[in-house]
Amino acid sequence: MNSIVLQAATRFLITLLLLFAVFLLIRGHNEPGGGFIAGLVVASAIALYALTCGMSAARTLMPLDPTILLGTGLAVALVSAVPGIIESGAPLDGVWGEVPLPGDRGVKLGSPLLFDLGVFFTVVGSAVTVLLSLSEEA
Amino acid sequence: MSPRDRARAPLLAAIPAALFVYFLTLVPTISDGSTVEGSVEWIPLLDVALSFRIDGLSLIFGLLITGVGALVVVYASAYLDRDVPRARFFSFLLLFMGSMLGLVLADDLIALFVFWELTSITSFALIGFEHRKVSARDAARQALLVTGAGGLALLAGLVLLAVVSDTTTLSGLAAPGAIEATDRLVVAAFLLVALGALTKSAQMPFHFWLPGAMAAPTPVSAYLHSATMVKAGVYLLARLQPALGEVELWTPLLATAGGVTMVLAVVLALRESDLKRVLAYSTISALGTLVFLIGLGEPAALKAAMVFLVAHALYKAALFMVAGAVDHETGTRDVTSLGGLRTVMPLTAAAAALAALSKAGLPPALGFLGKETVFAATVEGETAVLLSAAFLVTAILTFALAALTGLRPFTGALKPTPRAAHEAPASLWAPPLVLAVLGVVAGIAGPWLAGPLFEPAVSASVGGAASVKLSFWPGVGSVLWLSVAAIGLGAVASVEVERLRRVASGVPLTPASDVYERSLDGVNALARLQTRRLQNGHLSRYVAIVVLTVVALTAVQLIVRDAAVWPDGWNDVRLIELAVGALVLGAGFAAAIARSRLRAVLALGAAGYGVALLFVLFGAPDLAMTQVLVETLTVILVVAVFRHLPVTAPRTSSGSRVRHAVLASAVGLMMTALTWSVLAARGDRELSEFFLEASRPLAEGRNVVNTILVDFRALDTLGEIAVLAIAAIGVIALLRLRPHGDEVNS
Repeated sequence: MNSIVLQAATRFLITLLLLFAVFLLIRGHNEPGGGFIAGLVVASAIALYALTCGMSAARTLMPLDPTILLGTGLAVALVSAVPGIIESGAPLDGVWGEVPLPGDRGVKLGSPLLFDLGVFFTVVGSAVTVLLSLSEEA
Repeated sequence: MSPRDRARAPLLAAIPAALFVYFLTLVPTISDGSTVEGSVEWIPLLDVALSFRIDGLSLIFGLLITGVGALVVVYASAYLDRDVPRARFFSFLLLFMGSMLGLVLADDLIALFVFWELTSITSFALIGFEHRKVSARDAARQALLVTGAGGLALLAGLVLLAVVSDTTTLSGLAAPGAIEATDRLVVAAFLLVALGALTKSAQMPFHFWLPGAMAAPTPVSAYLHSATMVKAGVYLLARLQPALGEVELWTPLLATAGGVTMVLAVVLALRESDLKRVLAYSTISALGTLVFLIGLGEPAALKAAMVFLVAHALYKAALFMVAGAVDHETGTRDVTSLGGLRTVMPLTAAAAALAALSKAGLPPALGFLGKETVFAATVEGETAVLLSAAFLVTAILTFALAALTGLRPFTGALKPTPRAAHEAPASLWAPPLVLAVLGVVAGIAGPWLAGPLFEPAVSASVGGAASVKLSFWPGVGSVLWLSVAAIGLGAVASVEVERLRRVASGVPLTPASDVYERSLDGVNALARLQTRRLQNGHLSRYVAIVVLTVVALTAVQLIVRDAAVWPDGWNDVRLIELAVGALVLGAGFAAAIARSRLRAVLALGAAGYGVALLFVLFGAPDLAMTQVLVETLTVILVVAVFRHLPVTAPRTSSGSRVRHAVLASAVGLMMTALTWSVLAARGDRELSEFFLEASRPLAEGRNVVNTILVDFRALDTLGEIAVLAIAAIGVIALLRLRPHGDEVNS
C-alpha cells in the first residue's frame, strides 16, 4: 500500500503498539492482558507494518528471526517450570518473591511472569513466522 | 573385517560362557528346592517390577540359552562372510540372548511380556539380516506379524490373569488358590495366552513363519529358531501349567494342537530337500511334541517334556550348525545333491552322526531317554492308543529324518558340489561336535542328571514336588515294545526314505501361509480403499470428515444421555444482546452466500467481531481482546494466503454450497446444544467460585483468566504454545515442500 499518510502513521503507531504490548504483558496478572494478548498485539503491529511498508521492511524490523523467537519462547516457558520444581517439587508451580525498591516499596516478581513471557515470545514467533512465510513465498 | 577382528569375535562368547558357568554354580542350590530371587522397582504404581526368579525350569532354559549361545557366537564368527557387518549381527544376537534370558528368568508378568516382545523384535532383525534380499524381508515381516499378533493376545491374557488373581507375578499365579479355573475370565485368559504361546512356538496353523525364518543366517536358525526362541511358548505353557492346568480346555486344546503339529510337521519335513527347511519342519514337529506333552499335564508328561526339550535343543542346534558348515564348504544345502562327505569332512560328519543318533532316539543318547519318557507318558489313560500311535508315527518318521539330515550327506559316494568340499575350520565343526557329544554324554549321565537338573524343572512345571528318575531299561511292557517298534520301523523308514518322500509329497495339504498372504493382501486393499475414500487430497473433504465425525459423536452422546436441554431465562435477554446475535448470524449467512473469497473472509471477520462484542457485554475483557486480535490476524493471514490461489473465483456448484452451509449449521447447532447442556449440568458455580476466590491467595493475581492460564492450568498452556509453535513450523514445511513452477499445473 503506497499511502504516505498510513506509512507515517504506522511508523508512529508501531512504537505505541509495542509499548502497549509490554504494558499488557506486565499488568496481565492483575488486569486484563497477559502474554497471549500482548503477543497478538505485537503480531498485529508487525502485520500492519508489513502491509504498509512491505515484507522486507517488516523482516528487518524484527531483531531476531521469528523462528528463533518461537524457540526462545518455548525454552523460556520451560525454564519457568524449574523454580517450582526446586521450591515444591511441582513443575510450573508459581514461586514469588519481592524485589525491594527504594522508599519502602517493592515489586513482586514470580515464575508465572516468566512463563507469560515465554507465551508472549511463542505467540509473536508463531504468528510472524506464518505471516512472513505466507507473504514472502510467492 | 580385518583378520584381527575376525580373531577377536569369538571373545564375545566369553559373556554367555561366563553366564553359563554362573548358572552351573546355581545347580546345587536349585536342586535343594530353593530359588534365587532379585527385584528392581520399575512402575510401583502399577505393581510392576523387574523381578527375577530362578527355579528349576528357569535354570534349565538359562543353561541352554547361555551354553548354546556361547557356541553359536564362536560358530558365527567363522560362518559369516567377510563383508557382513559383524557388529550389527553380534549386537542383535547378544540383544536377543539378553531378552531370552530375561524372558525365562522374569517373575513379573509385564517384564515377561516385554522380554517376550524383545525376542520377537530381535528375531525380526536377525531373520531380515540380509535386508537387501526381498525374501529375507518378507520372511522377517511374516515372523514379526505372526508372533507379534500372538504377543498382543498374550498381553491381554496376562493382564486378565493379573486382574482376576490380584497378583502380577508368575510365582503368585502359581500359588494355590490364586486362580479359579472355572472362572470365565480365566478361561478367556488361558485362550489368549495359548494363542501367544502357539504362535511363538510355531504350532499349526501358525507354523508357517518358521520355515520362512530360515532366511536368517544359519547361526541364527540354530540358536533362535531351534534351541531357544521358539521354545519360549513351550516355556510359558510349562510355567503356567500349575496356574492354568486345571482349566477344562487345557488338555483338549494343547494336546490336540501339539499332537496334530507333531505328526503333520514331520510329514511336511519329508517333502523338503533343503537341509535347513527339513530341519525347520522337524523343529516344528518337536515343538509340537513339547506342547502336546505339556497339554497332557501329568507329571510323567512334564518329565518327558523336560528331557525331550534338552535333548532336542542339543541335537537340533548341532544339526543346524552341521547344515551350515556343509553349505559353507560345498555351496549347497540340497540333501539330494550331497553325499560321501565323510571322507572330506570327517569331523563335521562325526558331529552330524552323533546328533543324528540322539535325534533318531537311539541309546545311549539323551534323545533315547527323551523318546522313552514320552512313550511312558502316552501309555497311560483312556486315550493311550491314540496318543501312543501318534507319537510312534512321529518317532518313526523322525528316525528317517535323522538319517536323511545326519547321515545321507556324508555316506555313499562323494557327489560333486558347487564348491570343492573340504573340512570346515575348527570354529565351524567344533561347536556342533561339542553339542552332539554333550547330547550323548547327557544320555549316558541321564540317570544321574535326573535328580539335580530335571527334578527341579519338573517340580516347577508340576507346581509341587516331583520325583524324577531316568533309566535306559523301561522294563518289559508297552513302553519297551513301542520303543522297539519305533527303532525297528524307523530303520526301515530311513532305508526307504525316498519312497516316503514321494508319498509325503502326495499328501494334499494347503499351506497355511496362503491364508496369511491373502489376509495381508486384504489389509492392504482395505488400507488403499479407505485412503482413496477418506484422504483424497481435497482439504474440504478432510474438514468435512473431521467435522461430521465430531458432530455425529457429540450428537449421539447428547441424545443417548438425554443431556440436551432448552435453557430458561429468555426474559433476561437484553435487546443489545439480540442485536449482536443477529449481527453474528447475518455475517455468517453473508459468508455462506458470498460470491468472492474476499467477501466471505470479511463476513467471517465481522462474525468474529460480533462474538467479541458479546464477550464485552458479558464482562470478559480478556476474551474480547483476544478475539478481536485473533480475528484481525486471521483476516490478514487469509488474505496473504489468497496470493497463492488462482485469481478466478472458486467454481463451487450451488449444491456443494448448500452442503457446506448445512454442515456448518450442524456444527453451530451442536456447539450450541453442547454449551447449553454443559451450563445446565454445572448448575452450581463451584468451579468459577473456586477460581475467583483462590486466584489472589494461591496465584498472587487478580486477573482470574490470566492466573488460570499461567498458574492453575500452566501445563495446558505449555502444551498449547507448543502446538502453536509446531503449527508455525508446519506452515514453513508445507510452503518449502510445495511443488514449484510447472509442477503446480501438472
